[in-house]
Amino acid sequence: MGYAAGQLPEAFNLVVATHVSLCDECRAQLASFDAVGGAILEEAAEISMGEDALARALARIEDLPQATRSEPLKPAGIFPAPLADYVGGDLSSVRWRRVGGGVRQAILPTGADATVRLLYIPAGTAVPDHGHRGMELTLVLQGAFADENDRFNRGDIEIADEELEHTPVALAGEDCICLAATDAPLRFRGLIPRLAQPLLRI
Amino acid sequence: MMLDASRPVMTEQASPPPRKGAVAQSGLRQKKDGSLAVAEDETDWSGLLLRVRDHRDKAAFAALFRHFAPRVKAFLMKSGAGASLAEECAQDVMATLWQKAHLFDPARASVSTWVYTIARNRRIDALRRARRAEPEELDWGPAPEPDQAEALEAQQETERLGQALAGLPTPQRALIERAFYGDLSHSEIAAETGLPLGTIKSRIRLALDKLRQSMS
Repeated sequence: MGYAAGQLPEAFNLVVATHVSLCDECRAQLASFDAVGGAILEEAAEISMGEDALARALARIEDLPQATRSEPLKPAGIFPAPLADYVGGDLSSVRWRRVGGGVRQAILPTGADATVRLLYIPAGTAVPDHGHRGMELTLVLQGAFADENDRFNRGDIEIADEELEHTPVALAGEDCICLAATDAPLRFRGLIPRLAQPLLRI
Repeated sequence: MMLDASRPVMTEQASPPPRKGAVAQSGLRQKKDGSLAVAEDETDWSGLLLRVRDHRDKAAFAALFRHFAPRVKAFLMKSGAGASLAEECAQDVMATLWQKAHLFDPARASVSTWVYTIARNRRIDALRRARRAEPEELDWGPAPEPDQAEALEAQQETERLGQALAGLPTPQRALIERAFYGDLSHSEIAAETGLPLGTIKSRIRLALDKLRQSMS
């Protein structure tokens, strides 16, 4: 609902928009929340526009072409359109940085209130146990991962709050690529030394 | 909060409050026996928007402007924008309505809902100067013959939602409004609204399923 209300940090917007691109259930859910927004708009009191407002509007649309329907571009590759937008392409355009243990990440440019990054986790690798301050969204784009409770495939999104401590493991088979957003400060800055310490509560 | 000041105090069983400031009553009325009455002064907003879409009808645009611009302005001001910024953004929203009318599908959403999404995105741009990622567009195909039943349904949904919203206990309603006006942090926003969203979700889900089938 936060996404429909326009209240999420930019980084979270990206994960939600990308997930909705892959999940019809959530697309429908989003539409219903948008309808709440519509009802709120409709029921709200009016505040008068300036005296010449309509005249100005009519003048403005005079020169405005009406856009014509165009075929939405279907991106080839594993990144849905909103993500491809931020990356500037598909997988091959990603500028990965190694963080140790075969794990790679790429932080995407968004506002400072939250961060979003692409994660590359080789099949069979465990991401170290980490708690969360704040909330973390993790969306699978390729491969799959499992943590103590669930298994997540392409299109699935895990929502983890402060309560959850987990050790996600990328399942055997395809390497796992995820989009992960968190509103707490990034914890991966000391990952290399941390990976050297097994199952440590960070 | 401005909204509360303009409404009578709500009780659990109160009927929806009278609209303030609205001259033309839009939408459909449900009569006591549950059947629908089309009011004499009803304004068919989606019909007007379709005239804008298909005929570049300026008179239709003006009617839409008179109804929606003041509401968008109010929405933006309640979200924290000053009067002149709100006015400017409301103009932008109406210009977008004109330009993107071809994207409006009356079977999918009511005009209010559609205008809301434009206003919300404009607000993010203006007040937060942030980018907003949007889900991938689906290819719904060429503009369909307006399906009257579906368009009616979408219009009714907004009406019913409005009434349901007005009928909620004040704390619950206030919470939802605060969420949409930007007064809650995202972690405070719960998906449980107490509103009847199930039918809307199912309808859209059905439409999506049909679309997927036709695409495969």
